Amino acid sequence: MINLLINNQKVSVQDGTTVLAAAKKLKINIPTLCNHDDLCVAGNCRVCIVEQKGARTLIASCATPASEGMEIFTNTLKVRNARKHIVELLLSEHRSDCTKCYKNQNCELQSLANDFAFGDHVFLDLVEDHKYNIDRSSPSFIKDDSKCIRCQRCVRTCSELQSVSAIAVAHKGAHQKISSFHDRPMSQVVCTNCGQCVNRCPTGALVEKTYIDQVWDAIYDPDKHVVVQTAPAVRVALGEDLGYDPGERVTGKMVNALRQLGFNSILDTDFSADLTIMEEGTELLVRLKKALVDGDKEISLPMFTSCSPGWIKFVEHKFPEFLPNLSTCKSPQQMFGALAKTFYAKKRNIDPSKIVSVSIMPCTAKKFEADRPEMRSSGFKDVDYVLTTRELAVMIKQAGIDFRNLEEAKYDSIMGDSTGAAVIFGATGGVMEAALRTAYEIVTGREIPFGNLNVIPVRGMDGVKEASIKIEGCVDAWKFLEGAELKVAIAHGLVNANKIMKMVRDGQASYHFVEIMGCPGGCIGGGGQPIPTSLAIRQKRMKAIYSEDEHMVLRKSHLNPDVVAIYKEFLDQPNSHKSHELLHTHYTERENY
Amino acid sequence: MENKGLTKVDLIFEKIDNYEVLAKGFKMSRDEIIQEMLDSGLKGRGGAGFPTGMKWKFTAAEKNPVKYIVCNADEGEPGTFKDREILDRVSNKVHGGMAIAGKAIGAKTGIVYLRGEYRYLLPKLMIELDSFHKMIKEIGYDFNIEYRMGSGAYICGEESALFESIEGKRGEPRNKPPYPTVSGVYDKPTSINNVETLVTAMMIIQHGAKNFIQYGTKDSRGSKVFSISGDTPTPGIFELALGMTVQQFVNEFGDGDTKAVQVGGASGFCVPRKKFAETIIGFEGMPTGGSMKLFNSSRSMYNVLHNYLEFFTEESCGQCTPCRVGCQQLLKGVEKVKKGEAKSTYLNELMKLADSMKIAAKCGLGQSVGNAFKSIVGNFKEEIIY
Amino acid sequence: MYQVGNLVKELSAKHGQKRESLMPILQAIVQKYNYLTDEAMVEVARELDISAAEVYGTASFYTFLDTQVKGKYVIRVCKTITCSMKGKSDIIHTIEEILKIKVGETTSDNQFSLVETNCIGWCHKAPAILINELPYTELTPEKVSEIIKDYMKK
Repeated sequence: MINLLINNQKVSVQDGTTVLAAAKKLKINIPTLCNHDDLCVAGNCRVCIVEQKGARTLIASCATPASEGMEIFTNTLKVRNARKHIVELLLSEHRSDCTKCYKNQNCELQSLANDFAFGDHVFLDLVEDHKYNIDRSSPSFIKDDSKCIRCQRCVRTCSELQSVSAIAVAHKGAHQKISSFHDRPMSQVVCTNCGQCVNRCPTGALVEKTYIDQVWDAIYDPDKHVVVQTAPAVRVALGEDLGYDPGERVTGKMVNALRQLGFNSILDTDFSADLTIMEEGTELLVRLKKALVDGDKEISLPMFTSCSPGWIKFVEHKFPEFLPNLSTCKSPQQMFGALAKTFYAKKRNIDPSKIVSVSIMPCTAKKFEADRPEMRSSGFKDVDYVLTTRELAVMIKQAGIDFRNLEEAKYDSIMGDSTGAAVIFGATGGVMEAALRTAYEIVTGREIPFGNLNVIPVRGMDGVKEASIKIEGCVDAWKFLEGAELKVAIAHGLVNANKIMKMVRDGQASYHFVEIMGCPGGCIGGGGQPIPTSLAIRQKRMKAIYSEDEHMVLRKSHLNPDVVAIYKEFLDQPNSHKSHELLHTHYTERENY
Repeated sequence: MENKGLTKVDLIFEKIDNYEVLAKGFKMSRDEIIQEMLDSGLKGRGGAGFPTGMKWKFTAAEKNPVKYIVCNADEGEPGTFKDREILDRVSNKVHGGMAIAGKAIGAKTGIVYLRGEYRYLLPKLMIELDSFHKMIKEIGYDFNIEYRMGSGAYICGEESALFESIEGKRGEPRNKPPYPTVSGVYDKPTSINNVETLVTAMMIIQHGAKNFIQYGTKDSRGSKVFSISGDTPTPGIFELALGMTVQQFVNEFGDGDTKAVQVGGASGFCVPRKKFAETIIGFEGMPTGGSMKLFNSSRSMYNVLHNYLEFFTEESCGQCTPCRVGCQQLLKGVEKVKKGEAKSTYLNELMKLADSMKIAAKCGLGQSVGNAFKSIVGNFKEEIIY
Repeated sequence: MYQVGNLVKELSAKHGQKRESLMPILQAIVQKYNYLTDEAMVEVARELDISAAEVYGTASFYTFLDTQVKGKYVIRVCKTITCSMKGKSDIIHTIEEILKIKVGETTSDNQFSLVETNCIGWCHKAPAILINELPYTELTPEKVSEIIKDYMKK
């Protein structure tokens, strides 16, 4: 243990603890900016500087390990003056249009300014000297360099958490900036639109592209029928932007709020998640049969899930040779979209050209997904607008809704029913668990042998999880799988997807089925979720997802009555011609820069 | 403070028998070599002035079997060109110094980081390196030197930025601790020394610490190579004992009309005429990498300051706030004051900013910008304002 | 446009495929082709298994690893204080007049580029310039005129 003094108070910490963490132990809060618990230490903003007795310069508390006998002072005159200067310097190179900015009131620079630098600014404005670029090329997010304070959190995120490195620090001196490959528009480089950088940007330099006004317009248009679907991960996080603690389930109130906002039909992405299980489960079993029984050497295994559009774009750029391994199933969002303007329109007798299909997603990549040219199977754009969880919270505030005091409400019918298997799509391992619950039962006629259907081995925050299930006692139709050991893997965060892809590419993986989610923690950690994010917050959201599952009556996708109905009335059976038309898709090879 | 007056010395460029000195060095134990360095009181000749013996001692104490000796040949401080001359004329001593250092700290590999602007020296250096490697083999020491080129970045002269550059990354200084002696290039214990320091080390092995300390003062032992330029009839490099006053220096090298001397380059201090007599050039007074620029009364100190600030604004690595933004503020600030678009009292705010930069910036570059700023604005305020 | 893929393979065989091989490889490409095209950077990224943005971010840090078009001969005129005091402006004007380009530009035949640079270590023989890697010092407008004209004959 290391013993040191901070503001004349004793504290003991483990070897390797930073001064910042040691101070926190004493409940002394040192302000930070470039520091983020999900990322490696940077030590470049210099906001966290403190005075160390005997040292010539101030030290960065986030980057300095505590040492025996150290004497630290966090609030001396030197520290306060330096800190004020640093905040003012940051403000001088930042285009402050707070009242117009999306991050107004949720901006870390604003908080620092309020705490340390209110009053007239001493220094000169530097924004006018730089030709700042605002990149609006991506449908998912906006990169506004005029608000960048160069903390490099986005670069570290894209590199360490996602192994994409679509952005890097470029040039030096006054020209130093965060840049894509040769400053190309973000829509033209390997960026997967995952939005993890947006989640960690302290200012308004990286924000999602919002479609709130367009959605309001549709709602107010008496001519339009606006249908909204909600992703599983939204209901366990929406509360955070409306005054709740992380991990609170607000499903009923969310549905009520959506009704109050004026949407014509409140439906659930969870419905199409159950549908996805039917389609994808069948697809997997067909591939296995072709590979194991028919001896077809062309069959691509392992099969990868395809509901994460950030993951899809990642494969398209970096591992295009494995596109055939991706499931051809669309994501639940897009399956829903295609059905909204065909099946739903027919059932409700509404002209599909008058339907506006909106989705609420924990995701920024879904905005890109909705824009993909192949997502028009209905004859129209299947999903018109994607709103993030954050945008929904904004709309609720704009409408003056007293969210906390809303009554619990239920989804509408036709495509509003769902099971626990669907809601767990929101967490890493959830798609795999849902698929296993259904596939095992279809193949053996028995429930999957895990207590209360909770397939624990596929759950949790480990980057890469592996499991194998022995298949025994198969029904006649699936006898060819008797005795087989189904090997599966689950990865979340693209850095772990990268690991698995490299193993597969090097022939060192013998999986049959792999679930990949582009974001750390799965969708609950998505790029569209409330800010801030941390491991603790994501763990709480994950717990809420599994809690939601446990509280549902139906917990297996194939038992969803709306799913049973849609096959009977419309799609015939999984992987039918109609299913392929509406619910399956293809992918595009892309350049690796 | 002792003042020994201006003494010319011929140590660095003295002709020696490389083989002889190296053989002598290898017969010594590593502790003996380190003790010789400590006794000599040799301090780093690149500008930072860290006691060389201590640096080698710390690195030697590390347990890692893989260590490095790095020669910092990224001489980029404006007004410094002595390392170029040293590499041009006595690179055998540079290589030899590295071998001695390698022996002392337990490193089998030496890396010379040569600035891109000196690439034209490479063919000559490679020839010398070849004969050096043959010589070392004969003596029986397992030691190898590689060359890595810079590509035009002043900040890569900062030790940890230099390591980053060798490792193929942007030259952005690292967080310290850990210090280079513990974790340097490739995260291995590293002793990084200036070109001149390594040559001086060779000469200390040749002549012994006792002879070395007859030059200089108690706190600034030995001699130093000075790069002298500007308004002087005799620009060039000169080897002088440390400890003289600026007045003595100007008497020898000035053109009769010297109004200011910039000691230590852009990151050094500007000494005005009225302080010539009281300023000692040495580690106890004004430490320096040896860059000495003389300005006569025809020169505008505003232009000088502006030139330096422009330099730093461009060469800053850009990662930390005080330096990246602070340099821009200082530059834009003096421009506005000069144009009359800001009140002259704004300079007081900038002086306070310079103080903050000195203690809050992440590396020596940002911490030193304030030196030139404060000394020029402090001593030549009228020239900045009018 | 040039066949850079082969060159990159040769260079990685010589310098390795690790991150530390990046600087020597980029330096060699610039030595041969004057600057780094996008194609070259993408090839290097592929060969070293790092992102293209990372290669660009590293290259753009270093003044001599140009990612913008540069001519066969890059003239770098020192603009730091002593060269500035000793007449670098006249040198620049002379060069600008002969080559008919301004600082920051490249001649239309891609033969010459003119840029300013920071201290190149020849302060005692100012004003000084570098043409590619060769220094030319103690310049006067007449001297530099001759030097440039000699290069133009090459």
